[in-house]
Amino acid sequence: MTTLIIAEHDDHSLNEATAKTLTAAKALGAPVDILVAGLHCRAVAEQAAQLDGVAKVLLADDEELAHRRAEPVAALIVSLADGYDAIVAPATASGKNVLPRVAALLDVMQVSEITKVISPTVFERPIYAGNAIETVESHDPKRVITVRIAAFPATGTGGNAPIETVGVPTDTGLSSWISADLSTSDRPELAGARIVVSGGRALGSAEKFNEVIAPLADQLKAAIGASRAAVDAGYAGNDLQVGQTGKVIAPDLYVAVGISGAIQHLAGMKDSKIIVAINKDPDAPIFQVADYGLVDDLFSAVPAFIAALKG
Amino acid sequence: MKILVPVKRVVDANVKIRVKPDGTGIDFANVKMAMNPFDEISVEEALRIKEAGLATEVVVVSIGPDKAAETLRTGLAMGADRGILVKTDARIEPLAVAKLLKAVIAAEEPGLVILGKQAIDDDSNQTGQMLAALLGWPQATFASKIVLTDGGATVSREIDGGSETIALKLPAIVTTDLRLNEPRYASLPNIMKAKKKPLDETTPEALGVDVTPRLTVLGTVEPAGRTGGIKVASAAELVAKLKEAGAI
Repeated sequence: MTTLIIAEHDDHSLNEATAKTLTAAKALGAPVDILVAGLHCRAVAEQAAQLDGVAKVLLADDEELAHRRAEPVAALIVSLADGYDAIVAPATASGKNVLPRVAALLDVMQVSEITKVISPTVFERPIYAGNAIETVESHDPKRVITVRIAAFPATGTGGNAPIETVGVPTDTGLSSWISADLSTSDRPELAGARIVVSGGRALGSAEKFNEVIAPLADQLKAAIGASRAAVDAGYAGNDLQVGQTGKVIAPDLYVAVGISGAIQHLAGMKDSKIIVAINKDPDAPIFQVADYGLVDDLFSAVPAFIAALKG
Repeated sequence: MKILVPVKRVVDANVKIRVKPDGTGIDFANVKMAMNPFDEISVEEALRIKEAGLATEVVVVSIGPDKAAETLRTGLAMGADRGILVKTDARIEPLAVAKLLKAVIAAEEPGLVILGKQAIDDDSNQTGQMLAALLGWPQATFASKIVLTDGGATVSREIDGGSETIALKLPAIVTTDLRLNEPRYASLPNIMKAKKKPLDETTPEALGVDVTPRLTVLGTVEPAGRTGGIKVASAAELVAKLKEAGAI
């Protein structure tokens, strides 16, 4: 049978999370269709059609799917489920919101945030904030899966899949969308960035956070992240939080500045290729996972780091 | 309106867990257990709604072994009115939890159910959404703000890139994110008082729910450890090492 991916997008462009999910979905060994659900989102379907090895793109373009509320999107996916034996979404805020609703409507258990496909029914997934890896086998007639996108490379383009329009079930009107407050940034997106510079509580204030972290991120063309402590203290926005309860990322280079390295934070970044820690406490747990550690006061070390990068 | 708050007994968030060497699971011997941190936030929010005069009763419910009663007592000590323990020693998956909660809800008829967004043991992030699906109720996951209105709720949700606000018709399911509130500590007098609050027991069999797991755990291993790093003496050496490694 076939696998259905739920595309991650904002009605204008396809998020790279979709291409990463495609890599995981292809490992299931079946043809892969992609569902693009939204409003005025044909451009996204056209981008999805170009991903390598996609069989078909389903386009559901409807007022009710604007902002992708869980109730209508789940109803749509369930209406299409007969043709699929696996339904897969990236473990983004949107995927995590919608897919368990789909699973319950289909009376199957979801397998959350897989990091590896062993067979079409056997998967690896992290538990306990990434401190253990569980191998699970699904015995359900259909698999409903979310994919930890940091664990899979993105599939490239070069495809030319047909786009098919699908109908949308009538919404039951249980919820409505009011507003969104999105942070705007010219920096690379945290979830997909090659380099991430993260700041912690030791920065001391929102002003210092920006003063110290932003120039280093600029120099490295990096995304900015933050520990929960820094977010709770108001130094950085919630959406920048890296950790078990924030974003899980695996960039090529992760620079932790003034972050002690609590297990909840490590859960979000310990699969980074290279970890650099700058912290004045030589016993900070972050040094146990850091490839390169610099024990120094961050207020002098970071400017020195920037100066050395400029050469 | 009654608010139902499901709570889970998990390994304390500050404990560094150990994987059993034979790969059969996590070593729970002598490990400190506590209420799932997100569930503390749920209890706190329900209490605040009640204290604002918008709810009449807060009922905490937990599914698990005898000892899950301790977790319910924690919720009662925070200020919940009543507890329900669905007693089972079996491994219960989120889908089964959602079905058990649906059965409890059929009897209790709450106007709002507040759950944590995820449990810090299985990290599934499924139960609230599944419960909403089974009940045919609207859901607001990852809530950072809840405002009750006439017959509805307005909820701000944390999403990738910021937040959004949605409106729900009640009854509804809300799952809590860390930013929603700062849970209170139970005072000693309240801990004593909690011992006298009602705590009912039931079982999956009594609720008529099949809790057979759909997933088999084939093994549990430690994640691949990172190879030991080095400490550098200066920023210049750091940059040299990073260039050597091809990272910059």
